[in-house]
Amino acid sequence: MRMLRNRKFWMMCAGNLGLFALWYGSVKWIPLESFRRMPDPVRVMTEWFNPNPVFGISIFVKTYYFHILYSTYRALVSFFLAVSLGVPLGILMGWNKKVREFASALLGLLQPVPPLAWVPLAILILPGEAAVIFVCFLVAFFATALNTYVGVKSIDPDYFRAAACLGASRKDVLFDVIIPGALPNIFTGLQIAMGAAWFSLAAGEMIAAQYGLGFLIMESYNLVQVPTIVIGMATLGLLGYFSSMFIRYVGGKLMRWREEAMGVKG
Amino acid sequence: MADARSIGRIAVKGVGKLYQRPKQPPVQVLDNCSFEIEPAKLTVLMGASGCGKSTLAYMIAGYLSPDKGSMTIDDISIVGPGPDRIMVFQETALWPWMTVIENVIFGPRALGSMSDAEARSKANALLTKFGLIEFRDKYPGQLSGGMKRRAELAQALINSPKIMILDEPFRGLDVMTRELMQEYYVGLFEETRLTTLFITAELEEAIFLADRLLIMGGSPSRIVKAIEVDLPHPRTWEVLTSERYLEIKEEIMRLLYQDQEAELLAQ
Repeated sequence: MRMLRNRKFWMMCAGNLGLFALWYGSVKWIPLESFRRMPDPVRVMTEWFNPNPVFGISIFVKTYYFHILYSTYRALVSFFLAVSLGVPLGILMGWNKKVREFASALLGLLQPVPPLAWVPLAILILPGEAAVIFVCFLVAFFATALNTYVGVKSIDPDYFRAAACLGASRKDVLFDVIIPGALPNIFTGLQIAMGAAWFSLAAGEMIAAQYGLGFLIMESYNLVQVPTIVIGMATLGLLGYFSSMFIRYVGGKLMRWREEAMGVKG
Repeated sequence: MADARSIGRIAVKGVGKLYQRPKQPPVQVLDNCSFEIEPAKLTVLMGASGCGKSTLAYMIAGYLSPDKGSMTIDDISIVGPGPDRIMVFQETALWPWMTVIENVIFGPRALGSMSDAEARSKANALLTKFGLIEFRDKYPGQLSGGMKRRAELAQALINSPKIMILDEPFRGLDVMTRELMQEYYVGLFEETRLTTLFITAELEEAIFLADRLLIMGGSPSRIVKAIEVDLPHPRTWEVLTSERYLEIKEEIMRLLYQDQEAELLAQ
């Protein structure tokens, strides 16, 4: 009930309605042949929630969930791989000069390569499933490693000095200063990484997979099943939205000090 | 803290420090800088901003080492930071991700100098004394500026250091809070008599707090004058209207102006 009195909630509703109106209008009223090929929101919704979908994909069809599961599985595996390797690397880079010099040359050269440019090479060297995961992993890995590194670098040097004069060991500094101090940036990195994982996932699946939402979109394109394309897109959007909401939630729990401090300053 | 009276003599002899920055000419910040800080006294180091006060403080704290000269505490050379000297920083260095009490017991926990229960009870006593006991489970971001400085004092004092180094600790506080903190701090010092080096750029604050005042000047900087401030204890705001206070103030003002004129002539 509280939600109904929340201004933000109503603004969000208005924004979404506006988007649908724009979509509907551009299909129905813009006199362009190419725009007419696009399905209007009503058509997509009736297909999406149709027990007997015209093109075979709706919330009542098992295959739909099969695609979702495949995509989610790939996104999560690459995300967790990226986090479990990228966060420690970023911390090591901030902590140790040698690691930083060594790794920054490598990251500096590899990071600007667009994720899709990796796809052909990934298909050549890795078995099917691993190729898509590898591409997603790479992008997410760069995002986490670099953001974690920036996080460590941006910790106020006085926090280290204070720890040194209170007699902290290197281990104390790592666990009590570096990790909590870098946490806000780490979580920014995780959000970017999650977004990047979904983004490259869809692209990777279009080229190199048998299942998954990216594959579904591409296949529907080939078979001219236009409403299904939009269903695939919308599902990817929702999954991305919920996964970054989940990361924000975990981040908020881990960084209670930030939320409480902000609460006071209003 | 009874033995604190007899230890913590800092001797600085002929210290020089050159700052080298990439692609810029090196700057001789300090040269031939000598002074002593006597135990159980509050020594205030004063000078214009940028004259190298913080550099001196960082060297005594052990974060920097001098290029020339020697620095000793009780005749032992200073090598790196250590819990015998605790520094309170310009901007608060309480870790924002730890609650007030976690911040306070960080030192004892890191050193393993006392049991957890002992550290907590000592911290509680200090926080009660500083009027912060109700805030012990809050985060620093939820405290006011003055409360943060008091929490930092508790964080330092729990370790029973030999020497306290305060680098413009009340900078950034509003005038009211600042004056309250100065009075509070002078009371605390009179109680503990911990050897203290207090750095400030504010003349009134310097005279109000100091037993002994060291004035920095020149370029490169050194100590140009040491003044014994013989104002009565306990210090209250009344001393600011006393004749002796005004005499000291005038003497220092003259010194500072001389220095500035010399600088202008040199240009």
